[in-house]
Amino acid sequence: MNKSQNIQENPTTRKIRAGLKKRYAAERRFRFYGMAGIAIAVFALVVLFVSIGSKGYTAFVQTHIQLDVFFDEALIDPAGERKAEVLSRADYAGVVKASLRARFPEVKSRRDKRQLYGLISPGAAFDLREMIMADPSLIGTTQKMTLVASDDVDMLIKGHISRETEESARPIKDTQVAWVDQLSEAGAVSTPFNIRFFTAGDSREPELAGIWGAIVGSFYTMLVTLALSFPLGVAAAIYLEEFAHKSRLAALIEVNINNLAAVPSIVFGLLGLAVFLNFFQMPRSAPIVGGVVLALMTFPTIIIAGRAALKSVPPSIREAAAGLGASRTQVVFHHVLPLAMPGIMTGTIIGMARAVGETAPLLMIGMVAFIVDIPQGITDPASVLPVQVYLWADAPERAFVERTSATTMVLLGFLIVMNAAAVLLRKKFERRW
Amino acid sequence: MFAFQEPKGDSPVTQTAEKPTPKEAEVIPVPEAGPEDIKVAARDVTVHYSGAQALFNINLDIPERRVTSLIGPSGCGKSTFLRCVNRMNDTIDGCVVGGNLMMDGFDINSNEIDVVELRARVGMVFQKPNPFPKSIYDNVAYGPRIHGLASDSTELDEIVTRSLEKAGLWNEVKDRLLEPGTGLSGGQQQRLCIARAIAVSPEVILMDEPCSALDPIATAKIEELIDEIRENFTIVIVTHSMQQAARVSQYTAFFHLGKLVEKGTTEKIFTEPDDQRTQDYITGRFG
Repeated sequence: MNKSQNIQENPTTRKIRAGLKKRYAAERRFRFYGMAGIAIAVFALVVLFVSIGSKGYTAFVQTHIQLDVFFDEALIDPAGERKAEVLSRADYAGVVKASLRARFPEVKSRRDKRQLYGLISPGAAFDLREMIMADPSLIGTTQKMTLVASDDVDMLIKGHISRETEESARPIKDTQVAWVDQLSEAGAVSTPFNIRFFTAGDSREPELAGIWGAIVGSFYTMLVTLALSFPLGVAAAIYLEEFAHKSRLAALIEVNINNLAAVPSIVFGLLGLAVFLNFFQMPRSAPIVGGVVLALMTFPTIIIAGRAALKSVPPSIREAAAGLGASRTQVVFHHVLPLAMPGIMTGTIIGMARAVGETAPLLMIGMVAFIVDIPQGITDPASVLPVQVYLWADAPERAFVERTSATTMVLLGFLIVMNAAAVLLRKKFERRW
Repeated sequence: MFAFQEPKGDSPVTQTAEKPTPKEAEVIPVPEAGPEDIKVAARDVTVHYSGAQALFNINLDIPERRVTSLIGPSGCGKSTFLRCVNRMNDTIDGCVVGGNLMMDGFDINSNEIDVVELRARVGMVFQKPNPFPKSIYDNVAYGPRIHGLASDSTELDEIVTRSLEKAGLWNEVKDRLLEPGTGLSGGQQQRLCIARAIAVSPEVILMDEPCSALDPIATAKIEELIDEIRENFTIVIVTHSMQQAARVSQYTAFFHLGKLVEKGTTEKIFTEPDDQRTQDYITGRFG
């Protein structure tokens, strides 16, 4: 404002200067509001990430206990025939128990023994079985094995269960704590990367539960969603934008498509329940139904994004092609659609990102079931990542808390990747005329 | 650059007999011109845009292998008339064209005319250069490709080369045919658009203010080009520049408020117009 002092003062400049201060103040105020808004949003995001991250990061490691395991032939294969069916049905839990008894020979009473067995996850027996099935020659030998600890031990090691808590108020007893300490001092307790979390399906035992089943389920569901909503959405967008006459009916359809995009997602779930499950008798909990329901939800988003992208292609390109004698379809498919594709893809990815995080409609069609097996196809019962979060958030075990957060982190990771891809696509193919 | 033709009789548009300028004769065989043929004849052409009338009973003959310029102030309907000739007005919702537009004995306006075929015979160059965001080659090859004009790639190459040569662009782009057409300068882009239109071998080329977005040098090149290709094509050009109309066209029609005020040889319109409005417009008193 000092600069304007140089200009000779006259009635006009005087009037302008009188208002200048106010105008600059208004501008500064507006900038402040904008920055404050962004700061609040960033703060909320940081709080979200920090809270999820701090709760969830421990789920990426899992406590294991090292034991000398004696593969007792008397327990595994008393007949000594090494038949596969005998080996697969053998009492590996007994082998684990025997190993624990051997490690802590002082434990005698039935009650103490049961607590001792509680240190190791029941899943350890499956690991041993797998090992023996693969290499029966191990029977009769003693191996140093790293076995999955139970969730309570895991929580104790990670500090989520406090030793200060009264014994009756925590799931792990004083005797167990003492054994764990003993093992820990001997260097038998380790916390390696939790591979099982990324390779296993759901389980009642937190230490055995993984998200691979949910990831595969999400993948199949998204596959169905994309396969249905993308071609249909693009076709509808092209028809409405390029071919349909601007009539009252077209306006009505447009309003309803916009309405459809705003319909609460659970309503689509109800529709799926009534139409696909009850009427068409499609399988419950299956990605095919989930995919169809989510496709219905994504469909209007793709139409709206597609129409916007088509509209942004300059009419001069359409005229150029039409002027050369290209038919309407040729104009659209040779020129307009390729130019609109980046925009359509961006819209599709954003729609898919919304669908991948959707829970409510899937609850209605039974995708909320407890499913251990990894789905093999779109008709197998499956869970999806957000539903897995919902299921585990409800579970009483303390160890599921960190797994809920870890699953959320994985889901957020997928969303960030998808949205980043949308931004990159837009940046890469952005065209200016 | 070219000689004005002598008007003969009271209906000069239809009667002038003039030999084409000989300078291009060895490149493009031009049939010996007898009395000039009328390529497009407009009879009582009217256009309504959603009820509002934009053109009132236009009667205009467009002679073959000549340049006809349409002049007039903005909004006078000259572009609208131009777009009737290749039915580009079809693409505008609510646009209704009436009257007869005869080309070679067919009514352009009738429902029996196939628009795709018509537009292959009547090419168009637009106000703003609008090359496809594709390679220079693909820009020119697009028309022949969709109409199946070339039986193999050698023939297509030939068409592309010939079209670019005719458009005077070949020497500038022959080493970068695969680069995007949008990377050329404005004037080059417009000549590319002309090459693209020529590639389909149309009979009529419509130009809607082809130089309004170009600098004077690029404009001069386009005008030169128009002068060269008029031997082969019937050209209708809409322009806001009086000088341009005088330079490139043999016939001129003056539109005002949706009506055709005056038509005739360019020389007559610019030297001794019959109508006072024409006089005022070309001398710059309004418009």
